[in-house]
Amino acid sequence: MYNGASNLSGGVDWAFTFIFIIAFIFIVGITAFMIYTVIHFSRKKGKPARQFESSTKLEILWTAVPTILVMLMFYYGWVAFAPMRQAPSDALRVTAIARKWEWEFDYGNGMKSKELVIPVSKAVRLDLKSEDINHSLFIPAFRVKEDVIPGYNNFLWFIPNFKGSYEILCTEYCGLLHSAMLSKAVVVDQSEFDKWFADLKNKVFVKEPEGFTLLRNKGCLACHTIDGTKLVGPSFKGLFGSERTLIVDNKEVKKKADEAYITKSIYDPDSEVVSGFNKGLMKSYKDVISEAELKIIINYLQSLNEKK
Amino acid sequence: MTDTGSRTYVSYLDHQGRFKGIFSWLLSTDHKKIGLMYLNAVIVFFFVAVILGLLMRIELLAPGRTIMGPQTYNGMFTIHGVIMVFIIVIPALPAVFGNFFLPILIGAKDVAFPRLNLFSFYLYILGAILGVLSQFAGSGPPDTGWTFYVPYSAQSATNVIYALTAAFILGFSSILTGLNFIVTIHRMRAPGMTWFKMPLFPWALYATAWIQVLATPIIGITLLMVIAERVLNIGFFDPALGGDPVLFQHLFWIYSHPAVYIMVLPAMGIVSEIFPTFSQKPVFGYGAIVFSSLAIAFVGSFVWGHHMFTSGMSYWARWFFSFTTFIVAVPSAIKVFNWISTMYGGSIDLKPPLLYAIGFIFLFMIGGFTGLTLGSLASNIQVHGTSYVVAHFHYIIFGGMGFAFFAGIHYWFPKMFGKMYNFTIANISWVLVFVGFNVFYFPQFIIGFQGMPRRSFDYLPQFQTGEVISSIGSMVLVAGLFLMVINLFRAVYKGDPAPANPWKGVTLEWQIPSPPEHENFETIPEIKNKPYFFGNTSTN
Repeated sequence: MYNGASNLSGGVDWAFTFIFIIAFIFIVGITAFMIYTVIHFSRKKGKPARQFESSTKLEILWTAVPTILVMLMFYYGWVAFAPMRQAPSDALRVTAIARKWEWEFDYGNGMKSKELVIPVSKAVRLDLKSEDINHSLFIPAFRVKEDVIPGYNNFLWFIPNFKGSYEILCTEYCGLLHSAMLSKAVVVDQSEFDKWFADLKNKVFVKEPEGFTLLRNKGCLACHTIDGTKLVGPSFKGLFGSERTLIVDNKEVKKKADEAYITKSIYDPDSEVVSGFNKGLMKSYKDVISEAELKIIINYLQSLNEKK
Repeated sequence: MTDTGSRTYVSYLDHQGRFKGIFSWLLSTDHKKIGLMYLNAVIVFFFVAVILGLLMRIELLAPGRTIMGPQTYNGMFTIHGVIMVFIIVIPALPAVFGNFFLPILIGAKDVAFPRLNLFSFYLYILGAILGVLSQFAGSGPPDTGWTFYVPYSAQSATNVIYALTAAFILGFSSILTGLNFIVTIHRMRAPGMTWFKMPLFPWALYATAWIQVLATPIIGITLLMVIAERVLNIGFFDPALGGDPVLFQHLFWIYSHPAVYIMVLPAMGIVSEIFPTFSQKPVFGYGAIVFSSLAIAFVGSFVWGHHMFTSGMSYWARWFFSFTTFIVAVPSAIKVFNWISTMYGGSIDLKPPLLYAIGFIFLFMIGGFTGLTLGSLASNIQVHGTSYVVAHFHYIIFGGMGFAFFAGIHYWFPKMFGKMYNFTIANISWVLVFVGFNVFYFPQFIIGFQGMPRRSFDYLPQFQTGEVISSIGSMVLVAGLFLMVINLFRAVYKGDPAPANPWKGVTLEWQIPSPPEHENFETIPEIKNKPYFFGNTSTN
């Protein structure tokens, strides 16, 4: 796909290719040998089996040759790996934050972005921070991957060689929406990056409402949007005060979305499920969201209606 | 009942001990009956897990939701993994063929502790039922993956404790079986059977048994720690309480990597029996095969860290585990060279067992070499945690251990049941299984290298071609599996009677009637020759 997309991809690809070539030769050779043997020494030909049973020379040969080959494989893997652990000190440092089930890239001073925007041909160091459980940040094109583990200060770094947009995936299983934990690495010119970065700075000064911060930090926004888009769960847009069609004990019920309803939906989500959505997808947040936090969230949801 | 002249011969299948009817099976301490009970249980659970696997493949036919939601999918791959790993591949070869043939191959009447053996079986059943129950009872199927990584497994609201307890109990069954085999091999070999006159399958079981006894307790205590973490919030693994999530990964893989050798060493033992018999010549490099088994068991205990290269382990820890991983590849390579040399110069009869054994070598080579790309520090970064890993371990476990199991069942079936199956259908099912297997798993190497993460309910559109080909392969594979099992089941009831030695084998199981009698041997044989002595026609 994107050959040579980063400074590290050449080493990784050679370590892989070297093993692949040797594997190909051996697998084809041994398979051909087996087919030849089965045909040539078939019992149907009536020749008696020759009763030899060992050869020290051969045993030494096929111990020594594989040993040498695997040491070479080990060596190429090691030399290509070693630079991955030595990030240059002048690299652009971004903190990659992982939470169920989204990525966020923190450029410092509260400047955050959902996508990793970086300048081309410049070293980037990602410090990996998990807010909940294990994740793993993987950018296939750049041949980089490192687990994001709570309590660990893992990192990875690379230099992107070309402009473009590259997938970021999570490769450590992290629960319900593991497969939807996606983002993009957008590689742009330095000038374009500077412009984007300046815009990001301006955005920061708009302080985000406390309720929104809570919704994001508790992971609510992975499944519920505030812009009306339907994800795993219904959107929060226009929710407060609206009339909801619910499934309660397999029967349709209409109910107004008031404070009591929202509390129940958060603490006991399966008891009343909005029609068109599935049971069992949301767990109770009783231990996660305190009553005080709940108040703030409800106020925020209410404020969403007032904005219009 | 057949009259063999001097006395009446009663097959173990008809033998009635202290108990009659169904209890002559359920309470039997006969290693052969226990082996058969394990076989039946393994087949049942295997098809449960196969069906789960097939449903996942159907789900992955298209991106997005196809037939199930993400929570269901996550539960399915967890239960598929738990059943396949803990209920099928770890116990299957030692418990089925080890139980049935270990005593016979070393000229013993039973294992050292027959009652303990039956107890192992019931622990196994208890653990297996609990494992399946975790799918249905309580608050939904566990959704942690079979690896139970913390912190997620400490938080998930699903039936994680059921699954952990199941694996814990199954571990005890495995320890007791291993212990039983070690003592049996040390104490109960027939007169004249020195260590180096012992056939290779017992040797493989011996190496396996040591891993079972030494490594399994570690997973037991680790799983208990997760239960304690969940119930008591102790903080072994929670960083907020001063714990370490990576500690769990170490503890888990200290057992679970050697567990791969618990699976594959007996598989190697089985094909080491099959190649000499169907070539009518001694196994090539008997000593090399024995020592490579022991070397794999030993070195294989120090490679676990290669599951964690991206976890944030120290630089030199990564270096060390990569190095040992490459070293452990060498004894496996030695075995392959010895097996193919065993065939060379022989009188080869390409019957279904040999076909499966050759399939084993081919798939095991692909699994082994792709394992090297995972063991290499640089290329691991690209393929770790992707469907490349899924393809790799299915090639090793299913292509390796699974095909060896199929080879073993086709090899020993006439001995176990005294009946012969249909060769044509067996060959057709081999073609379906072999072709289906490769179409199923090979595309996963390619999309995995391109970045397709494993354990993913959904995927990016560029991976669809690979996923669809893979799903088609899975259907061919499952068709082949059903055909194979139907052929064998039919043979149990309607097959032609099998002679005592249909393949002209020379190891001890072929010197007694098919099926064997209750205590295997009328008189305990005295061993004079090497295990694979086909007569003095040597031209060497």
